[in-house]
Amino acid sequence: MAETIKVGIADLNVVKPPDLITTIGLGSCVGIAIRDKHSKIGGLVHVMLPNSKEVKSSNNLAKFADTGIPELVRRLEKMGALRSRMVAKIAGGATMFSFQSKSELTGIGDRNVAATKAALKALNIPILAEDTGANYGRTVTFNPETGDYEVKAVGKPLKVI
Amino acid sequence: MADTRDLTIEEMSDQYFDVLKEIGNIGAGNATTALSTMLGTKVDMMVPKVRLMEFKEVGTTLGGEEQLVAGIYLVVDGDIHGSIMFVQKKESARAMVQKLMGMPSDEEDFTEMELSALKEIGNVITGAYLNSLSTLTNLTIYPSVPDVCIDMAGAILSVPAIEFGAISDKMLLIQTDFADDDDLSGYFILVPDEESDAKILHALGF
Repeated sequence: MAETIKVGIADLNVVKPPDLITTIGLGSCVGIAIRDKHSKIGGLVHVMLPNSKEVKSSNNLAKFADTGIPELVRRLEKMGALRSRMVAKIAGGATMFSFQSKSELTGIGDRNVAATKAALKALNIPILAEDTGANYGRTVTFNPETGDYEVKAVGKPLKVI
Repeated sequence: MADTRDLTIEEMSDQYFDVLKEIGNIGAGNATTALSTMLGTKVDMMVPKVRLMEFKEVGTTLGGEEQLVAGIYLVVDGDIHGSIMFVQKKESARAMVQKLMGMPSDEEDFTEMELSALKEIGNVITGAYLNSLSTLTNLTIYPSVPDVCIDMAGAILSVPAIEFGAISDKMLLIQTDFADDDDLSGYFILVPDEESDAKILHALGF
C-alpha cells in the first residue's frame, strides 16, 4: 500500500517507491526533491532560509538551503543512492507579500532559490525542472518512481514538472 | 534582570509570557472596541491565548496548512523593529468585510474593494494592538502600510516563521477570538527582533 510521507517546514525525509513524499504550503520556502534515477530512492527537504552561517540558531540542518541539501543527499546515500545519478527538481521561493520587511530578509524567496541552486551546483546535482518565484503558495508531491513533481496552488491548474 | 540580549525565545521567563499575554489582552480589547465601532455591531472578545509553537505545529493551528487564510502583514519601525501579522480564516475575513461594507458577495474571490476593506480592518486591529504595546512600554512604534495576501495557511505563516527562523525554531502566536453572531476569530503573530525583545522587557522594568 503506497503511503504519502509528509515533510514539515524546516524538515526532510527520504522514501522508496511506491511511497510518495509531500510538503504542504510552501511560501517563500523552497521544496527540493532529489532522486537517484536508477535506484528510484528519493527525498524532499523544505528549507526556510538560505544560509545557516547568517543566523545564530542553526541547529536544525533542514532549515537552511546550505545545510539541508547536503543533509538530504547524505540521507539518500545512506539508503543506497548514488550521488552521480542524483537529479533535482525545485519549487517555491515565492514572495507572498509585495513588501517583505525592509530588513535583510528582503526578497527571501529569491534568496532561498539562489542558495538552493548554489548548494545543488556544489554537489554536482543537475536541476531538471523548477517552478519558483511569483506570489502564491505551493503544495508539492514527489514521486520517486517517475520523478514527477506535482505542484498545486490555490485557484491554479495542477502542474507536473 | 541583567542582560536580556542573549535570552533566546525558549528561555523567556514565564513572567515575560504573562507580560505578552497582558499586552495581548489589552491590545485585543482595544482592537475589539475599534472593530465594534467600525462594524457598528457588538463584538465580544475571549481572553487571548499566548503560545510558543514549533514551526511544524503552526500550520495545523488554523485548520491545516492548506486551509485558506487571509494574512495582513505590517512592518514595525521606531524604537523597536519587527513585524506583525493578523491572520484569519478566509470565511472569517469575508464575514468581516461583508459586515463592514454592508453587502453580501457571492464571488469566490475578493474584489479589489473588498481587499482594500480587509487591509483597513487589519490596519485598525493591528494599530489598536500596537497602540497598547506603545502605551505600556513608552516606546515609539510606527507601523507600515499593511499588505494583504490570501493563500494556504502554510505559505502565509511561513513569512513570520522565516523571520522567527533567524533567531529560533519556535514562534510566538497570540490567538484572539472575537465573537459576535459569526465566528470572527483571528491570530496575531508578533515578531520583534532580538534587540526589540530586550527593549520591551527593559521598558517594562524587567
